[in-house]
Amino acid sequence: MRNDNGLCSSGYCLGIESSADDFGVGIASFKGEILANKTSGYIPTEGGIHPREAARHHAEVADKMLNEALQEAGIKPVDLSCIAFSQGPGLGPSLRTGATVARALASYLDLPLIGVNHSVAHIEIGKLQTGLRDPVTLYVSGGNTMVTAFEAGRYRVFGETLDIALGNCLDVFAREAGLKHKRGLPLGASIEQLALNGERLISLPYVVKGMDLSLSGLLTAATTQLQRGCRLEDLCYSLQEHAFSMVTEVTERALAHTEKKEVLLTGGVAANKRLQSMLKIIAEEHNAAFNVVPLQYATDNGAMIAWTGVLGFKHRLFVPIDESFVKLRWRVDKVEVPWIQ
Amino acid sequence: MDTIDKLDRIVLLKKGAEASLFLTQWHGRKAIMKVRYPKNYRPKFLDDRIRIYRTIHEPQLMHDAKVAGVSTPLIYMVNVPQSTIVMEYVEGEQIKQLLKVAGKFERNELCRRIGVSIARLHKQGLIHGDLTTSNMILSLDGKVFFVDFGLGEKDSELEAQGVDLHLFKRALQSTHFQFWEESFQSVLSGYKSVLGLELAEKVYEKIREIERRGRYVEERKQ
Repeated sequence: MRNDNGLCSSGYCLGIESSADDFGVGIASFKGEILANKTSGYIPTEGGIHPREAARHHAEVADKMLNEALQEAGIKPVDLSCIAFSQGPGLGPSLRTGATVARALASYLDLPLIGVNHSVAHIEIGKLQTGLRDPVTLYVSGGNTMVTAFEAGRYRVFGETLDIALGNCLDVFAREAGLKHKRGLPLGASIEQLALNGERLISLPYVVKGMDLSLSGLLTAATTQLQRGCRLEDLCYSLQEHAFSMVTEVTERALAHTEKKEVLLTGGVAANKRLQSMLKIIAEEHNAAFNVVPLQYATDNGAMIAWTGVLGFKHRLFVPIDESFVKLRWRVDKVEVPWIQ
Repeated sequence: MDTIDKLDRIVLLKKGAEASLFLTQWHGRKAIMKVRYPKNYRPKFLDDRIRIYRTIHEPQLMHDAKVAGVSTPLIYMVNVPQSTIVMEYVEGEQIKQLLKVAGKFERNELCRRIGVSIARLHKQGLIHGDLTTSNMILSLDGKVFFVDFGLGEKDSELEAQGVDLHLFKRALQSTHFQFWEESFQSVLSGYKSVLGLELAEKVYEKIREIERRGRYVEERKQ
């Protein structure tokens, strides 16, 4: 059904997410319903994400995920109005695998292709799921640690890590401590469990620089203490308290600076209850609403790409297939967001 | 002996993230009372450490900044247990507001003077730690005042100087995105006029290195 201005008032967008270790396919309706959200995660046998191995995993599961998503949504490929894909930022081999699938679908079905910024998608699905309209967003994951808020056409970065991401810091520490993935639980969850039995707060570096923060020194110090034989539970507790206090402080700074009235927590680390409780406190102190994005939409997922694809479709942000290169370092503040105001 | 408790907290001027600023009177003078209230989101041990550290270091750095030739408010009193600082109220206008209304020439001249002040701090081994246009005031008699040294430190390393300037660049990008590039160029020209071309170039190279270290920066190496 097409309006006079050529915009569809009903339709579906299929979104593909493949920026890191997860391959996800989501389907969103133009009204904002998430009809399907399928994810397959690549779990390394040892160490962190090996980009080539992750890409191989994505290629292997792609058709299965696509079929499952279409089945779950109860629609056929011909019902789709557009194909969206995570165009960046992320790991090259992973991104390219998702992009290849998206290009193939778009060209076979003759549908417009929409390149979505991964970070923008995290914020947009968070808003859709929580009902917040104009939040200060803390996005903390294995690859990202940033505080953003909308101002003058874009999501501006009001604070970010100067070196490694929060999830990366926790993951590396967990591996140093010999923790293993348990039944698909992320390593951060193991740290959270151990931290509950922490009894002593060990003094570690606390590095807030302006609105930004640095986590690499904290990781090195915690690892050194571990090698010196410090109790693991105490270290997990101390690492969390220091790192989370730092991100909470910069979020509070952005909140005070922008004077917005909503705080949104998203990304894989958003699942941590301790981090949630800290942010809740600062939100209350500034009379702001606080919401955590539900886990299946907070970690990398296809639904967020599909929904941001819907927003992009309405503003005809199509990308020709021969120009649909992936952008490994596509900062969130480089992206125009025409659907707000 | 004057005590903090006797002072009236007349008006809450600003409830920042890190501290609350009250307008008060100090022996008949208009004064600012800066109070770092406990943050109960972080453990008391860590919170005390951070608040005491910042309350002690801020006045010291403000004093050192004056020696370096950068205007900062006079310190009237410090109370460490209550993490409170009483200081001069500087009459004037926030640079953040001024840049928004100033003409191009005036704006660039202000930025150049800011660059001069930053260089004077760095030359003296001082790092402000939170350079933003909200933390700078143009006083009624035309001086550029730097305030809020809470995140500052004494450090003569190139790395610290690079981060300091990089953060100011980021502050310009997020707050004054319409003209940040031109403003930052003016800041750098003022900076260079104090430190000399050779030293300034080293700091610029450091800024580029710091940016490449960040996540998802276009010029980052593979």
